[in-house]
Amino acid sequence: MTVGKLDGQAVLEAVQNAIIAHGAAKEELIPILSDVNRSLGYIPREAMDEISRQLRVPKSQLFSVASFYQMLSTRPLGKHVIHFCESAPCHVAGGRQVLQALQQAVNLKPGETSQDGQWSLLTTSCLGVCGVGPVMTVDEDIYGNITPGQIKEILARYQ
Amino acid sequence: MKTVRSMVLVSSDAESMVRGAQEVFRRLQQELKAFNLEDEISLTMVGDMGRHDAVPMVIVYPEAVIYGPVTPEDVHFLVEEHLYKGRVADSLRAPAHELTGHIAWLSARKGTLPAEQRIVLERAGVIDPSSIEDYIIHDGYQALGRALNEMTPAQVMAELEKSGLKGRGGAGFPTGLKWKFVARDKGTPKYVICNADESEPGTFKDRLILEGDPHSIIEALTIAGYAVGAQEAYIYVRGEYALAQERLKLAILQAKEMGFLGKNVFGTEFNFEIHIHSGAGAYICGEETALIESIEGKRGEPRSRPPYPTSNGLWGKPTLVNNVETLANVPPILRNGPEWYRQFGTPGSPGTKVYTILGNVNVTGLIEVPMGITLREVITIYAKGMKHGAGLKLAQTGGSSGSIIPGVLQDTPMDFDSFNRTGVAMGSGALLICDDNTCVVDLARVLLNFFRNESCGKCSPCRIGNQRAYEILTNISAGVAPMSDLDVLTNLSENLYQLSNCGLGQTAGSPIRDVLRYFRAEVEAHILLKVCPVGVCSMSGKKVQV
Repeated sequence: MTVGKLDGQAVLEAVQNAIIAHGAAKEELIPILSDVNRSLGYIPREAMDEISRQLRVPKSQLFSVASFYQMLSTRPLGKHVIHFCESAPCHVAGGRQVLQALQQAVNLKPGETSQDGQWSLLTTSCLGVCGVGPVMTVDEDIYGNITPGQIKEILARYQ
Repeated sequence: MKTVRSMVLVSSDAESMVRGAQEVFRRLQQELKAFNLEDEISLTMVGDMGRHDAVPMVIVYPEAVIYGPVTPEDVHFLVEEHLYKGRVADSLRAPAHELTGHIAWLSARKGTLPAEQRIVLERAGVIDPSSIEDYIIHDGYQALGRALNEMTPAQVMAELEKSGLKGRGGAGFPTGLKWKFVARDKGTPKYVICNADESEPGTFKDRLILEGDPHSIIEALTIAGYAVGAQEAYIYVRGEYALAQERLKLAILQAKEMGFLGKNVFGTEFNFEIHIHSGAGAYICGEETALIESIEGKRGEPRSRPPYPTSNGLWGKPTLVNNVETLANVPPILRNGPEWYRQFGTPGSPGTKVYTILGNVNVTGLIEVPMGITLREVITIYAKGMKHGAGLKLAQTGGSSGSIIPGVLQDTPMDFDSFNRTGVAMGSGALLICDDNTCVVDLARVLLNFFRNESCGKCSPCRIGNQRAYEILTNISAGVAPMSDLDVLTNLSENLYQLSNCGLGQTAGSPIRDVLRYFRAEVEAHILLKVCPVGVCSMSGKKVQV
């Protein structure tokens, strides 16, 4: 979940907490970035500047790591983030139709965030609960065995 | 552990939790208290029980009655009937026809079902994963004790070699040999890594082991450390597996308190530490050198091999990397001996394999069976046949990087040797079973979409090849590709295999190769007749904009 407007103080605090938790070492870069991403919803530029300063890692390298991993975001996302699994097991179990219904319901294409900042729709590779496909997550909640008809009801819980 | 007359287990996999397992558990606590049964009956949250059709499940031992799906409102009746009055509450029982072999204790009922053989999943879903005492009661830490007190490192590795255990991550490399490579290397310090970055679509066996039996991995890693001469280990768990990470952290704390980990393990001179490293969402990090890069805090881009991690791994030091399922086999082998292990499976591939069954079948789930079982057996016995009586068209093995097996090959025994002979990759153990209504072009397009997204981008054959192949397949499914595109696809698939730097790119071409080998006519129908024979593809006539 993304916090609305970020003030500089909140960003610095998030970075500080992450560095205290993991130590200012280069090999802790991914845990630190993950923590910041979790507390702010994404990794803002100011956070990268601060991490770069404290860890003595070039910003280019920081950005290359932050943009590589799917669970890290370098741009702000909506208040609620939907991850929809588009891998073969979910696809075969009816995922194609569910994704169509989902796109219609939030009026977004995969990768987009709504103008009002309410939703982000992201497709992802595998969420590891393939036994109950099609699977999607909304924020931290996992939904399995979804049918196109259930989409509206699921999304209504977050409004 | 105090003696109780009954044990009540509640499933706590992700699906159960979403469906209110926590509330069911809370109500059970209340009701047991209300009936004054707290001292006689134990109540435990266990991991994933291997079936998801009737969750949350509640199981009552010693009768082994399975209830499900249980709602919080059912709890009062269940406790009153079964635990207070002693009558099985039939109305709440899980559907009978679903009682397949993928639940551990059913294998004991000989004669009714072909016995499933549980070695690595023996305790998952049976013990309380957050209790080290439970693990110890079920033979836990015996193998470590035996290794440290009665065996030299060389003996440990000799036993493993004799057992014939092969890596379960997909490649099937002999485990004992790998351990020896690391042990022999002169570099110090050495490291042990457990690869728990299980991201192959359709595979969740490692999650079940980690969530249901975390101590087995702690024990196995410590044995590995002793054998190869390492003092530090990392468990690289994929970021999505939050529950698994939590349970591993707890297991590490408990093992330290008991003296099974940390300084002077089992009172010997041997010291060992285990760290948990969370992934951040990248399929490629399951590749061992990419995983090592990621632990070092970098982009997960595979290194060129050789040199292999056994000599140049983490921080350039000798490193042993093993999959979760491989490691989970180690304690049972040391406990029972290699001869015991060799009685399961085939001579070339001893032991069991955990498969996840998915797709258009009646029962999906997880089974652990001896190596060498056939696809037909899996579908008819464990999956209870195809859904709606449809025919089997193909099965996709081993997640995205596996192979496509057409229906005609369903009697090939599934073990490393037989699969190699037929040119099929075993992969991670996922079996995606597809019926007649599956379009092969559509399936290949989905698989290539996966590779195009998950390619790390380091080498161009993979980065560009997968994107290009995806575009062509999309054009075929839109009915706007020329026949010459099939030659381009064949070339791309060959180039991916020959030129890519790592396993991701090398296997990315196999869906194309397999589809053209077994289902060429169906692909050509899309191009020549502009028809999708099963009516899945859009045939929109719109070309991909490059």
